[in-house]
Amino acid sequence: MTESAQTADSRVVPPARPYPFSVPDRLVVDPTYGELRENEPMTRVKLPYGEEAWLATRYEDVRTVLGDVRFGRAPAVQRDEPRLTPRQQYSGMLTMDPPDHTRLRRLVAKAFTARRVEALRPRAQEIADALVDDMVRIGPPADLVEHVATPLPIQVICELLGVPYADRDRFHLWSEAIVSTTSLPPETIQEYLNNLWGYIGDLVAERRREPGIDDLLGVLVRARDENQDRLSETELVELAAGLLAAGHETTVTQVPNFVYVLLNNPDQLARLRADPSLVPAAVEELLRYVPLGVGSSFARYAKEDVEVGGVLVRAGEPVLGSLSSANRDGAVFADPDRLDLGREQNPHLGFGHGVHHCVGAQLARMELQVAVATLVTRLPGLRLAVPEAELQWKRGMLVRGLLGMPVAW
Amino acid sequence: MSTAWRIGVDSRRCIGTSICAGTAPEHFRLVDGLSAPLADVVAPAEVIIDAADSCPVEAITVRDAADDRLIAPEE
Ligand code: HEM
Ligand code: SF4
Repeated sequence: MTESAQTADSRVVPPARPYPFSVPDRLVVDPTYGELRENEPMTRVKLPYGEEAWLATRYEDVRTVLGDVRFGRAPAVQRDEPRLTPRQQYSGMLTMDPPDHTRLRRLVAKAFTARRVEALRPRAQEIADALVDDMVRIGPPADLVEHVATPLPIQVICELLGVPYADRDRFHLWSEAIVSTTSLPPETIQEYLNNLWGYIGDLVAERRREPGIDDLLGVLVRARDENQDRLSETELVELAAGLLAAGHETTVTQVPNFVYVLLNNPDQLARLRADPSLVPAAVEELLRYVPLGVGSSFARYAKEDVEVGGVLVRAGEPVLGSLSSANRDGAVFADPDRLDLGREQNPHLGFGHGVHHCVGAQLARMELQVAVATLVTRLPGLRLAVPEAELQWKRGMLVRGLLGMPVAW
Repeated sequence: MSTAWRIGVDSRRCIGTSICAGTAPEHFRLVDGLSAPLADVVAPAEVIIDAADSCPVEAITVRDAADDRLIAPEE
């Protein structure tokens, strides 16, 4: 007893570093992560908004923070949680713990299993081929972001959910409200969110009038109407909006990121061209290699005292886990800063870990595989149409990615 | 009404997300990165079906221990 009290008392809490450690530079992982994994695997950080937190940088520790049931997300709603955005999220799956979280998650998980997603692959391939046809018809230079990376995932998630693709411009604009950190004024963010909510509300009403509609939105509406315990009306609308937003923004960003990394690693690109059966492994390696997030967010709160990475985290303290850092941990990945499309063991954390492990992971994987395979096989001369230094990168966003990607082939 | 269920995890399918162990920690844990049931034959409990239905690769099956009838995942 005295011993544990002593451990608690002798705990050294270092001063917090401002986080993210630096302004994001393309897809470079800040070397600070490597130094921290080596010397100070649990460090204190202060994000632009919210309270101070611990930051875990080693793979094992990040997995513990995300996967151990002694940590949870639900306490975040009572707290000024550490975050990159001014707005704090007070609802949705990522603010819940089991069993509340399970109730929502189970409803959607069924629609996103590997088996269901495989059934969508031929349609995704058809969409990808048509998009590449159109781009080829327009001729080089063409913007890969506009012509392929953006429409592909949006078309797929729209068909899956049952949202008219024709409305894409409206909801693409509104969904910026969810991912914007500094680039939109708060009033605009609120306005966009209201628009998004109202729009989905109308689609829900339509499925009530016509119960035969057999898309994911229809399934969710029926689940809601058959058993009101399963889903409240607000949850229904938020869930659909969340899936719509998450269902495109990340994948839209990753396709050009992947192409960018491949073009910068010509030996690996040549390898992939020579053997397209490497595509699934290549996608996993790219998910590991690309630091999609500008910084970690969605801190987990300790529900009791937990020792992580040699530090005693006290009950009630928030801990962030850096996925980008975990994915470059040499203790798990040999030669971690090298892109190796043939990596055999690749338990990367690109989709997170634990109960919040990305619900769209199987869908995103399939879309990324289709996109990479289609671009690599159909456009063997794919290259940047501008010098690399002229590429425009996103600013003030949660994710790193290209605003545009002029290519030739 | 069955009195016991048999839990199976297909280790060739499991991708180690730990969703099951987070959903039903009293029934699943991760061993060397893959899911393993704590006990194969257990008393029926809704949370086990939740875990099976939440697995993204349908690696978990729940069957009636007496007659092998498939209980989860639902088709
Ligand atoms: C390349 C694409 C994607 C990446 C890298 C990605 C990444 C992630 C990560 C890291 C998490 C876990 C967050 C945490 O635990 O703190 C997550 C959760 C989530 N993702 Fe994705 N995602 C992608 C695509 C998608 C798609 C296509 C959808 C929807 C169709 C989606 C929907 C969600 C949802 C709803 C959650 C929250 C799950 C929960 O709280 O249980 N994601 N994603
Ligand atoms: S949820 Fe499925 S894939 Fe994830 S650890 Fe459990 S059995 Fe494996």
